Amino acid sequence: MKRIFLFNLISAALVATSALAQEELTPIVKSFEPGNEKPILVSVSGINGEALQVLQFDLYVQGFAFTNAEAAQYLITGGGSGNFQGRVTDRLNQHSLVSKAYSGSSLRRQVHAFTDDFVEALQRKKIAQTKIAFKGEAHPNSEIYIADFDGHGAQAVTQDSSLVAAPCWVPGRLALYYTSYKLNHADIFYHDLSTRARSAFARYGGSNMSPAVSPDGTKVAMILSKDGWTDLYVCNSDGSDLRRLTKSPQDESSPCWSPDGKWICFAAKEKEHRSLCKISPLGGPLQRISTGGVPSPTEPDWSPDGKWIAFTIQAGTFQICVVPSTGGEAIPLVEGEDPSWSPNSRTLAYSRRQGGQYVLALLDVPTKQTKDISRLPGGASQSQPSWAK
Amino acid sequence: MKITKFAEPIILGLLLSLATPGCKHHEPPITHFDDKKGSLSGPGPGGTIGEGPGVSALSDEAIASGLKAGPGHPGWNKDRETFQADTVHFAYDSSVIRAEDKSKVAAVADYLKGNPGAAVEIEGHCDERGTDEYNRALGERRALALREEVARLGIDPNRVDTISYGRDRRVDMGSTEAAHRKNRRGEFVLLTPPK
Repeated sequence: MKRIFLFNLISAALVATSALAQEELTPIVKSFEPGNEKPILVSVSGINGEALQVLQFDLYVQGFAFTNAEAAQYLITGGGSGNFQGRVTDRLNQHSLVSKAYSGSSLRRQVHAFTDDFVEALQRKKIAQTKIAFKGEAHPNSEIYIADFDGHGAQAVTQDSSLVAAPCWVPGRLALYYTSYKLNHADIFYHDLSTRARSAFARYGGSNMSPAVSPDGTKVAMILSKDGWTDLYVCNSDGSDLRRLTKSPQDESSPCWSPDGKWICFAAKEKEHRSLCKISPLGGPLQRISTGGVPSPTEPDWSPDGKWIAFTIQAGTFQICVVPSTGGEAIPLVEGEDPSWSPNSRTLAYSRRQGGQYVLALLDVPTKQTKDISRLPGGASQSQPSWAK
Repeated sequence: MKITKFAEPIILGLLLSLATPGCKHHEPPITHFDDKKGSLSGPGPGGTIGEGPGVSALSDEAIASGLKAGPGHPGWNKDRETFQADTVHFAYDSSVIRAEDKSKVAAVADYLKGNPGAAVEIEGHCDERGTDEYNRALGERRALALREEVARLGIDPNRVDTISYGRDRRVDMGSTEAAHRKNRRGEFVLLTPPK
């Protein structure tokens, strides 16, 4: 009896020290140390081919890693000819987290639904059935594309033989804002992807750039030059009540919203010093968000849980960084730019430069695990991802 | 008494400098754009995304009307030749017009003075060493700086449009310093009214 007890005690201690991020069997969502977290170990058996590919991709970019059954925390088994069946078992306590047969749609969809069920059992937000929008280049032009979060099923939603930039989803809706040069001018368009109706949302004199929709969908922030400088503006989603928030000949660019809608964060420059700043959409003083002295922070994106701001350092090379949203030390993670948070507040989409082209990739911020996503046929440049939330 | 004589302006100065933290006092730009907001609707054919190509086109009428109405000089003819030699270049990450380029801007202004029916569109461009939206804003600041200078030289700012292409229209797709130098530029496009 004593020996078994001792054995269990030692096992428990080993598990506790070897699985840093998990103090409990069902981990609660807590703050992580970007880049320093160990992945959750899983083993897989009975799953092959495309199903295995999908499973491995989905889990890798959410901070899981693969090992043998003896070392895994969770055992994943599955298969099934025809419809996919999947099970996830906690190896230590034998609890079943998922045990389900999936049907309909495609095998990819079924496996995505399975990985979603798994992470949901771990009290995380699901991402495997979400979408991204991005800019795909068809040199010398570019078009707006949407695709599954892993890059599959990409389809162009513009065919204007013109230039586009900065797609931004309307939260919770199948609609985008983006800049298009279709009318020989840099205008911001609103594009309803269900009805395919488009309208020019901001077509002021000068250039209309970088639309960012508030999390409740009621407001749009953007960079306009209609008053002679590139400044930050905000208006209602119907275009009314346009307010100018900054009045500065210095740089303002790439606004994003805090998830509570109280702040607009953007890249700014004050007194020759580049920084991330935030301002209330109602106007008021600029507040600097300290990033620990990193050079030229730009393209910020605020995590849906409010805790982090991801951004790009541009200083020779480009680096994806995160900083606590209250400011502090910025943590560089990977080479890349233009980060966009997924709904789970740990995975980012971003683009990186590769031999004169841009490719899209996903990054799990806590573990720093990263994977390129599927490319467009022909390998055209893909950049400026926006993750639908 | 001496103290109170100077106290007020000093206090005022202090208040002003406190009220605008981190900002130098700048003259407001003289070159805001006319408030002409165009709005354009083009419902396309129905259908849901996911069932075949989700391409949406603005209707032909919407495009045609959008190209004729709106800010700037829609529908005017574009001539890239006349001012080709007047392309100006910028230092890295800068929108300051170099001294040696002032004469080029003056040449553009002179032409516009002599051709009262013409207008100009100033394009701002960047090299590839910035992120997309950073570069788009920088390109616009370059075009705006040139527009300010043209206006300062006596041209009605309503005759001067700006557009930024960020790094989307580089003339040299290389990654050398020479390529970057060529790409960081402002180009002047002559606009003449449609016949």
